[in-house]
Amino acid sequence: MLVEIRKKSFNAYAEIQYYLDSLDIAGKYGATSNFVGSMRDFNKNKKVTHMTLEHYPGMTEKHLETIAKESIEKWKLLDVLILHRIGNINVGEDIVLVATWSSHRKDAFESCRAIMEQLKSGAPFWKKEETSAGDIWVEKNTPGY
Amino acid sequence: MQVSVKYFASLRELIGETTSIIHVEEGATVNSLWRSIIETKNVKFDNVMMAVNMEYVKSEHQLKSGDEVAFFPPVTGG
Repeated sequence: MLVEIRKKSFNAYAEIQYYLDSLDIAGKYGATSNFVGSMRDFNKNKKVTHMTLEHYPGMTEKHLETIAKESIEKWKLLDVLILHRIGNINVGEDIVLVATWSSHRKDAFESCRAIMEQLKSGAPFWKKEETSAGDIWVEKNTPGY
Repeated sequence: MQVSVKYFASLRELIGETTSIIHVEEGATVNSLWRSIIETKNVKFDNVMMAVNMEYVKSEHQLKSGDEVAFFPPVTGG
């Protein structure tokens, strides 16, 4: 299991491979599921040029680690990877990565989505967007279901 | 007793502080602290989220000396 908050940009797909290479689960997992959230250049009909992501150092990591540990137990996962950006983010950059590994697809699919929804509703991160109408704090996330 | 208080995101900007040390009475709850802060600062803020020692708590949660209390808007990560 790996949970990391990153200041620097990352390539989510390269990170999945890099992390998988560090594991010893070949032959044990039959399913990998992942979600990658990336920065759009629009929100609610406004052009977005840049974004800043703030977090609560300590609580954010703790919250994500709890979600990951509980998911491993609930879905009998072989491993979980969660990466999340903070700081200054440019259009097109990856913001969040969740990847799960399990024996069969049901657990990988369900856990990946559930982790993402728990992250969205509870992990202490806040987005401030630079838009054509000025700098705006995002007030709430869109529903995932 | 004293507790430390942290504010984040739009609430930090509204309050104009990142952290502060606040004296509270024995038996104070996180909600009574919040109400005294918004009254003192003369601000309005809906949908505040509350955490104590980096765990979400209900508004009636009772504070202890030395607690780290955090107030912040709904989260928008991911």
